[in-house]
Amino acid sequence: MASNSSGDESSRHQTARHRLSVIAGHLQRPTDRNAALLAVDCKAQGSKPNVNTSDRGEGRTVPRRRQEIMKWNGWGYSDSRFLFNKKGQAEFTGNRYRLSGMIIPGLKDWMEGTFGANLQHKTQATPVLNTSAVQPPTLNEAFVEELKSTGIPFSHEGEDRVFRAHGHCLHEIFALREGKIGRVPDMVVWPNCHNDVVKIVELACKHNVCLIPYGGGTSVSSALECPPEETRSIVSLDTSQMNRILWIDEKNLTAHVESGIVGQDLERLLNESGYCTGHEPDSMEFSSLGGWVATRASGMKKNIYGNIEDLVVHIKMVTPRGVIEKSCQGPRMSTGPDIHHFILGSEGTLGVVTEVTIKIRPMPEYQKYGSVVFPNFEQGVACLREVARQRCAPASIRLMDNEQFKFGHALKPQVSSIFTSFLDGLKKFYITKFKGFDPNRLCVATLLFEGPREKVLQHEKQVYDIAAKFGGLAAGEDNGQRGYMLTFVIAYLRDLGMDYYVIGESFETSVPWDRVLDICRNVKARIIRECKDKGVQFPPLSTCRVTQTYDAGACVYFYFAFNYRGLSDPVHVYEQVEHAAREEILANGGSLSHHHGVGKLRKEWMRETVSNVGVGMLKSVKDYVDPNNIFGNRNLL
Amino acid sequence: MASKAVYSQHRDPLLKKRDDFEDILEERRKTSDLRYALRCYTPALYKGLTPCTISDLKSMVLQSDQLLYVINQVSKETGTATDEIQSEAEAILEEMAHRLQLTTVRFFAFTLSKIFKTLFRSICVNEEGIQRLQQAIQEHPVVLLPSHRSYMDFLLVSYILYTYDLALPVIAAGMDFMGMKIVGEMLRMSGAFFIRRSFGGDKLYWAVFSEYVKTMLKNGFAPVEFFLEGTRSRTAKSLTPKLGLLNIVMDPFLKGEVFDVSLVPVSISYERILEEALYARELLGVPKPKESTSGLFKARKILSENYGSIHVYFGQPVSARSLAEGRVDRSQFNLTPRHIPRKPSEGIQDFVNDSAFRLVRSQEENMVLKPWVLLAALLLQNQAAGNKLGVLVEDLTEQAVWLRDLSRQFGAFLHWPDHVPPSRVVSSSLSLHRSLVRVSEGRVQLNSGSGSEFPLAAMTPEEELLSKAVVVLSCASYRNQVLHVFIRAALLACAVHSVTSSRKQEIFNTFSFLRNMFSNEFILRPGAEVQDFEEACYLLVKSAVLQIHQQEVLVTDSGHRTLAFLTSILDPFVQGYQMVCRFLCEEATETLTENQFVPAVRKFFIKHLLTGGLKYVEVLSSDLQKNALAALLRLGAVQKLRGGADQGTLKVNTVMVNSLEDTLGGKLPTQKTLAARL
Repeated sequence: MASNSSGDESSRHQTARHRLSVIAGHLQRPTDRNAALLAVDCKAQGSKPNVNTSDRGEGRTVPRRRQEIMKWNGWGYSDSRFLFNKKGQAEFTGNRYRLSGMIIPGLKDWMEGTFGANLQHKTQATPVLNTSAVQPPTLNEAFVEELKSTGIPFSHEGEDRVFRAHGHCLHEIFALREGKIGRVPDMVVWPNCHNDVVKIVELACKHNVCLIPYGGGTSVSSALECPPEETRSIVSLDTSQMNRILWIDEKNLTAHVESGIVGQDLERLLNESGYCTGHEPDSMEFSSLGGWVATRASGMKKNIYGNIEDLVVHIKMVTPRGVIEKSCQGPRMSTGPDIHHFILGSEGTLGVVTEVTIKIRPMPEYQKYGSVVFPNFEQGVACLREVARQRCAPASIRLMDNEQFKFGHALKPQVSSIFTSFLDGLKKFYITKFKGFDPNRLCVATLLFEGPREKVLQHEKQVYDIAAKFGGLAAGEDNGQRGYMLTFVIAYLRDLGMDYYVIGESFETSVPWDRVLDICRNVKARIIRECKDKGVQFPPLSTCRVTQTYDAGACVYFYFAFNYRGLSDPVHVYEQVEHAAREEILANGGSLSHHHGVGKLRKEWMRETVSNVGVGMLKSVKDYVDPNNIFGNRNLL
Repeated sequence: MASKAVYSQHRDPLLKKRDDFEDILEERRKTSDLRYALRCYTPALYKGLTPCTISDLKSMVLQSDQLLYVINQVSKETGTATDEIQSEAEAILEEMAHRLQLTTVRFFAFTLSKIFKTLFRSICVNEEGIQRLQQAIQEHPVVLLPSHRSYMDFLLVSYILYTYDLALPVIAAGMDFMGMKIVGEMLRMSGAFFIRRSFGGDKLYWAVFSEYVKTMLKNGFAPVEFFLEGTRSRTAKSLTPKLGLLNIVMDPFLKGEVFDVSLVPVSISYERILEEALYARELLGVPKPKESTSGLFKARKILSENYGSIHVYFGQPVSARSLAEGRVDRSQFNLTPRHIPRKPSEGIQDFVNDSAFRLVRSQEENMVLKPWVLLAALLLQNQAAGNKLGVLVEDLTEQAVWLRDLSRQFGAFLHWPDHVPPSRVVSSSLSLHRSLVRVSEGRVQLNSGSGSEFPLAAMTPEEELLSKAVVVLSCASYRNQVLHVFIRAALLACAVHSVTSSRKQEIFNTFSFLRNMFSNEFILRPGAEVQDFEEACYLLVKSAVLQIHQQEVLVTDSGHRTLAFLTSILDPFVQGYQMVCRFLCEEATETLTENQFVPAVRKFFIKHLLTGGLKYVEVLSSDLQKNALAALLRLGAVQKLRGGADQGTLKVNTVMVNSLEDTLGGKLPTQKTLAARL
């Protein structure tokens, strides 16, 4: 069965994925009043847009004043959050997600059982941002004066600045919840187009102002933190208003897009023309195209569409030395080292990506979720490895370990009918009793297939046949679909945890196939041991999943959370454990990062990761491109 | 569970906490052995255990990437077909593998109970250690590392683990056991697996062997047990650890195949070693006394003797992970597939070597010392001092009490019954060891020889000397048990004694020289000179023997007795090494080979002992002689030629050997010797 969709839409939209409607369908509120605020409207460069989406602001998610729709000290939309209602049942508020408005009966028990958390023990976050706690801005008057004359909007309001001073690392959010505010940018500017950026960078160079590009603000590498040692005025360059699709080229299947567009807008707008990029990182609701390029992002469906480096055809970046771009859009070139690779992963240290030409694909005709239960994690990994060997991975294939399987189970919304609950019970009976799977060892893989209907079905059979060889049992579409939905709500769940003394985060790595099992086991064990050593009173949640398969290895994601009651400095303990876990990853042949990037959080390991010469190469590029360290976020190096 | 502190880091040895013992034979003497042997046995297992049968295990080994890789490699090198090599590998594995089965274990549980009860007064085990082990077995793969003083060690550990309902280990055994057909098979069925003593360049053998051990370890099939020292120590001193198996069991951790490995040092101390006289004869190169009557008679003789008690101490499990922390960069294995065999890097070798020394030292530290050990030390010193009449029992008791207090100050794990008057302790020790000492007219003396009923008449002086030497070396093997307690302080005492100045730096130099010289003789961890020196200083200052003021080291008035004791405990070794040097300078011919070395030195020593030029009979120990040679080879004073007709010929650097001898004798300051080496 294809994913269901309301029948009154056009035939094209009947096949549109439910998932996208989950993400984008609820964004009813027009935000076009931002457009009215614009002092100067940029003309899109060169070609005339051939899609009706070039009007700035229409249907865009992110307003200049992010605080209008988003939390200042937590994840995502202000109206969407988990809470325990008066009956002590977990509930997800708002109406944006499939889970919105639903009761999640299992969550309370899971939280109490897993973390030893207790609904009686609550920590309240600071409800309102106290702007007086924000340091007054250090402004570079000459820069401000000249900027004013360009008409580019800017602000030095406390709220605006605080919003752009952090990503979503645990320590960043934890501090905000406590109302602690460190160094924040002195000012925020909102360029509307490439030319605005050119002007801003020129002025920054002229007046020696530090620029920190800001896209979606979803970084988890401390990349957005203002270096405390920075004495110059720091200007946050927010690209969120550069969010137009400038043109779509259906002959070459490319689209030319401004870098500030966030993932959900890009997909929705392309969908309207019958296309998609297929790039769906878990943060796609809020993360931006420019951010993807700057961090070497990876999307869930990379098996079909590729990662960001496979998707970009052309990049335009403004640097202190000028604009860097290629002269043509040839699909591949042998012209020395690919200059795109200086930009991809540069993490805002070299300049601002302003426009990207990205590959697009016609929207898939058919989409189908699926899931497979394995008796244990080892068998699951063996199956994924075989799928990769045969190069028949579906659009997405993810393997959750037992703890995560239980976690997913705890997030099952209340079932509507006795029949469903009866079916669930039957399934459980079949798997654990009839098939003899140990409920404390079994694990589940979630699948997403995409393509022409015939091919999807064929593909599905192939994958299930492989899974069967490894003891895998097909476990239905619902389980699969719920698995992917959880990806989007899990960040909200962290906020709930923090309300009850539970802190945690995820981190990722990539690792050769032969080490997948070892790294999963050792990192999880290391986390548990470190927590114990550091005096954490309750056993932590230490779990992982394999989220991507490659020819030569896989991407592994770890979740780690613990109840911090009884610890005087929980964030420090958290950081020590995460540090140890990263050391363990590196000792076990894992990479420093698969797609989160290095930022400032992981830069201590850069040298051992890329060798001395490697660091030297990167440094020399930085020294040439930005000799005065205008892009002074100090990421990476 | 596993702690980072391999051996106690307490500066004050008195603070060392040790567990209490429980006699497991007590229960055996009360209840039925048969019921004990047949009782329900359900040990706790490793949490990550992949349950498998012995044949599963073998096929896992044979199908492992590692082995298949080597098989292919060997096939390419030799041109032999892979299936031929594969069956060769199967044959090796067949020869090697254990066939642990519970029925045999039960059989041993029954018979050993009977035998142990006859031979020993008690078998004491620290139960807390057992509890720690039980915990460790469930958490991580476990490696048991017992000390090795007797053949008994083999089954003793398994017997104890069976008693406490713990998982039975698989035990690495030398192939020599295989010679004994039935015994070999019995051992195999109680968990022993057999390794050839040397298989130098045999890649295939190494691959099968290492993969077999690793597979058992990784799957948590059973704890792996082997002897770090490689062989039974004939002298009761710990032997320099062998690294082969330790390398193998560390490998899965270093390569990330398991999260951690728990290494559990087990210290087994015997009040009387069964092989006592056998070892002495072996060390002297004297053939065993004729056993014309059957072996049965001998066995019965053994069974009729009292061998006192055994103490088995299961040490704190040592985590391989903590040992490696900050020392090993595990990412060095990231760039080549882990199944391709590689020689361990220098860093890994150093790490494994260092770990081995730490583990052996923690074995040493937990060895229980009986009062007799102190008596043996005192009696040997008395004898060497030329006291022909023996020492008065009262004097011996007084000295023993003094030494008891001193060794306790030094942190010895001494089992001296404090509630019994010292004279009783001494007399009961003497009576247990009446084969070595006799008491007549209130004086204690070492027996002059084994055949004491028909003395002297038919013996040449040389035979007389050798039979005396058997007793002395037996005694020395007890004295040796306490050496590890005093060795660092004794080295410092010798340094203080031989250096004329009181400058700390000079004393340190001499200390390092001596330490370096004797590092084949005693367990002295490579690269720990400064640490050892500080420990020695600390102990001697604490026991009010030395005063150290900044750069000056002074002997206190009350310290001379201790200092004299410490120097004389090391003296036989100093003199032995000196004499080896002298032999090499004076007598060694151009064609002397390594194999001829021991007999030639022995002849030289006997000559000097008979003429009175040498006072320590114990220098006749081939162990000391070999260690001295090894030290000289290591220092480059002697070279061993390789290859050709001269294979194994020793080439002596006379100047250097000479100056080493003089330095040992305190005739040359250390600086000069160091210069001579250059």
